[in-house]
Amino acid sequence: MDGFIPPHALQPVPDVPVLEVKDLHTVFMTDNGPIHAVDGVSFTVGPGETLGIVGESGSGKSVTALSLMRLLEEPARIVGGSITFQGKDVLAMSRSELADWRGDRAAMVFQDPMTGLNPVIRILKQVTEHIVSHGRMKPAAARTRGIELLRRMGVAAPERAAASFPHEFSGGMRQRVMMAIGVANDPALLIADEPTTALDVTIQAQILDLLRGLNEEFGTAIVLISHDLGVIGTVCRRVAVMYAGEVVEEAVTAEVLADPRHPYAWALVNAVPRLDAPTGARLTSIEGTPPDALNPPRGCRFEPRCPFKIARCATDHPPLMEVAPGRRARCWVTADGRSLPRPTLPAAAEAEIPLLAEAPLLEARNVEKHFVLRRPSFMKPGLTVHAVNGVDIALHKRESLGVVGESGCGKSTLARLLTRLHEPTGGSVTFEGQDITHATPAAMRSLRPRLQMVFQDPYASLNPRMTIGDALAEPLLAHGRVPNRKAADERVRELLSTVGLKTSFASRYPHEFSGGQRQRVSIARALALNPSVVVADEPVSALDVNVQAQVLNLMLDLRQRLGLSYLFIAHDLAVVRAFCDRVAVMYLGRVVEEGPADDVLSRPLHPYTVALTSAIPEPGRQRVVLGGEPPSTLRLPRGCAFSARCPIAQPACEERPPLAEVASGRKVACHFPGAFAPRTLSRLETVR
Amino acid sequence: MSATTATPVVLPPTRSRLRRRWKRYGPAWIGGAIVLAWILVAILAPWIAPYKPDAVDVTIRLQPPSWAHWMGTDTLGRDVFSRLLHGARLSLLAGFSVVLLGAALGTAIGIIAAWARGWWDEGLMRFTDLVLCFPPIILALAIAAALGIGPVNTILAMLVVWWPKFARLARALALVQRSQEYVEAATVLGLKPRRILVRHILPNTLGPLAVLVTLDLGNAILTFAGLSFLGLGVVPPIAEWGSMVAEGRELIEQWWVAAFPGLAILTVVVGFNFCGDGLRDWLDPKGRSR
Repeated sequence: MDGFIPPHALQPVPDVPVLEVKDLHTVFMTDNGPIHAVDGVSFTVGPGETLGIVGESGSGKSVTALSLMRLLEEPARIVGGSITFQGKDVLAMSRSELADWRGDRAAMVFQDPMTGLNPVIRILKQVTEHIVSHGRMKPAAARTRGIELLRRMGVAAPERAAASFPHEFSGGMRQRVMMAIGVANDPALLIADEPTTALDVTIQAQILDLLRGLNEEFGTAIVLISHDLGVIGTVCRRVAVMYAGEVVEEAVTAEVLADPRHPYAWALVNAVPRLDAPTGARLTSIEGTPPDALNPPRGCRFEPRCPFKIARCATDHPPLMEVAPGRRARCWVTADGRSLPRPTLPAAAEAEIPLLAEAPLLEARNVEKHFVLRRPSFMKPGLTVHAVNGVDIALHKRESLGVVGESGCGKSTLARLLTRLHEPTGGSVTFEGQDITHATPAAMRSLRPRLQMVFQDPYASLNPRMTIGDALAEPLLAHGRVPNRKAADERVRELLSTVGLKTSFASRYPHEFSGGQRQRVSIARALALNPSVVVADEPVSALDVNVQAQVLNLMLDLRQRLGLSYLFIAHDLAVVRAFCDRVAVMYLGRVVEEGPADDVLSRPLHPYTVALTSAIPEPGRQRVVLGGEPPSTLRLPRGCAFSARCPIAQPACEERPPLAEVASGRKVACHFPGAFAPRTLSRLETVR
Repeated sequence: MSATTATPVVLPPTRSRLRRRWKRYGPAWIGGAIVLAWILVAILAPWIAPYKPDAVDVTIRLQPPSWAHWMGTDTLGRDVFSRLLHGARLSLLAGFSVVLLGAALGTAIGIIAAWARGWWDEGLMRFTDLVLCFPPIILALAIAAALGIGPVNTILAMLVVWWPKFARLARALALVQRSQEYVEAATVLGLKPRRILVRHILPNTLGPLAVLVTLDLGNAILTFAGLSFLGLGVVPPIAEWGSMVAEGRELIEQWWVAAFPGLAILTVVVGFNFCGDGLRDWLDPKGRSR
């Protein structure tokens, strides 16, 4: 980093690993007994190496990260094993040694950029605090370095940013500041715990590039924790896959992606929908849930869910064995060095043909929604959030239409306009031929059974004080679909089995279920009244990849069996491609591109779609890293909303391009459709 | 355990579950015991009181505590202990009715305001603010004086000043619930607003409201006693703690006349406060499993 940081007293010796973890055990002492969150984890990170740790929620990856930094609090304790940092025993460090070590030689970046910064301290002060407190520089010199760090991390106008407070920044910018703080003292090791999970794909791509740059230019060793193998693949050379507190596979990332040797890694790799997969195929998913942390199975912990299990798996706990040079896996099946078979793609059942010729079921014409905010002060005029600014969209019978875009593009507001949870400010919405733009709540109530919605957050979308059975029976009884409670219970059991849940679950409360199960309940609730249209607002974005695959497969099945039409809101393009016939890409409250999903995502015409598709962290993808962030929705740009970030913007873009049909079924809102193609760019070029 | 375990994993000893529970909920248990004891006393007063509460016998007036009269006698020779036990009935009844009715009224107003928003919200909440503007005890005093002396009138007067805090809290809680996705889901299912309010929003606001109710019971008993002390709560022969304290106010030498009813008020208020604190801790999801 410009070389003006004084050298450390203890220079890393090339041969000594930066971090060596041996047989780490961390337990949570709960009322019901000890939970072995990290159960015998070992790995080594050499100087300048990059290691990814991947696993689903509850696999122990974050607890591992916290253990490494000794940031655990009661009731969690490290009860066994060793952590060695450049030859020093971390577990033996005293409080003051730890304080000197953390943030100096080893730093950590957390998931949530919104709460990671102190809201009442100016940015620069937070960046320089560690430099000064660790005695590395005088405050004046630290300030110069702080601004330099912010510039290096890609913070726009660092001098101005330095004097700002955290609330003035977006999530992506805050994560950059967090990284500037992390690397302020030029640490030998940076631990990043899901640093991009809360960010949009284009911002995620920027942050991942930054991480890789840190590693390449300064030789900072990186431990990156993520639930997304794709994210790890873009930054880390090696990866450790965790399941139920154990490392089940450790190898070079590319090898795991191409040829996973542990069935869980296999499931992780294959459950992720890919942009280059054949369309219409079901996703590979494994059934079941992780084992009970209090009583893990005696044999292999993955055995109950494993599609490849053999007799030995149920009784013998496999050790982490060398299955190939430099590859270790905890599996009896692959112990002799064989590979796991490629998943047999379930034959894409006869494709559902949307009835595009018929009049659309649900249609919006030039629909708008503006929210007027409270006046910031008595003297100033009220501000208006322009959430949706004239969207034309039509959903046909048996069609599944995807709406994609980054956070703040108005896709969720659009979903709520179409279901009339919000009343449009302008334009019109029709459902089954009826104008529902300004329908009264009473008039809407009679239409609602046909127009249902599935929500994003499986934890918030079910009433915590109602049993699943009551929640599912309620709409049936309220609309008089069943004569009595007994008939309702009968239908509830039917619904539960439709979505693949046990009928005995009806008497349970939502908190007894996992996220995936709750989302199934939400889907069952939406199906209770036999809808024709289901609007799904990010139904899988809060779920682990495997559960995501299960839920998507279920929704695909239901579409076929019940002849549903879906309006599918998502930020994940690969998910949309796996799920939808048509896709509409939104930016700043408008549709910028629309067409058949496969076509739009493999041959995007709008520069924004090009950037979005290229930002997906899939290994081997040629990337266009889009600079900047979406403009504020408080004041809409006059011309093309994307022109400020567009790599091919020209004077003509001062005028707003209409959404025009450029080929059969393809609509683009751009003056130069198709002029910007990713292949013309060299790898990793940062645009603007 | 991993098959390659090098170091044996020794789990640290855990403090017994009972001890942890005691540390966390001990005061609540004590509070609960006090409250329960007073409720039993109130119910059983006619059977366990050694004398009739209004049995006047001027020959034994102002006797200090003795075996015959555990807490002595008052200016009219009535047994303070018996009056204390009977006083518990009125005090607890007044406390419970004021708080429960006030909570019901306030919650209904608060939830309706949160649901309706707009002008209804503004109107109801500004009215709430208006009532909150007055010092509660003085407003209650004025209303009680206007209505006339008597326990029912005093309870009515207290109700008028009691509901606003519940309305405020219920509105805040309902606003939080209103923006939850399950409420949107209920709307999408085409449920009527009344059903959504009663079946979805209300049950999810009850926890914090129950805490306020419990903490407030002591407060209401104290206020009722205060109004009685000022001569508004009850008509003289009826035994009531506040009026008993008032009676003993000028008797410096005969401390027992005022001290025992005062002590009774103190224990009830402390009991309810401990209960409320315990309930709040128990409902707080953070650290519940510790």
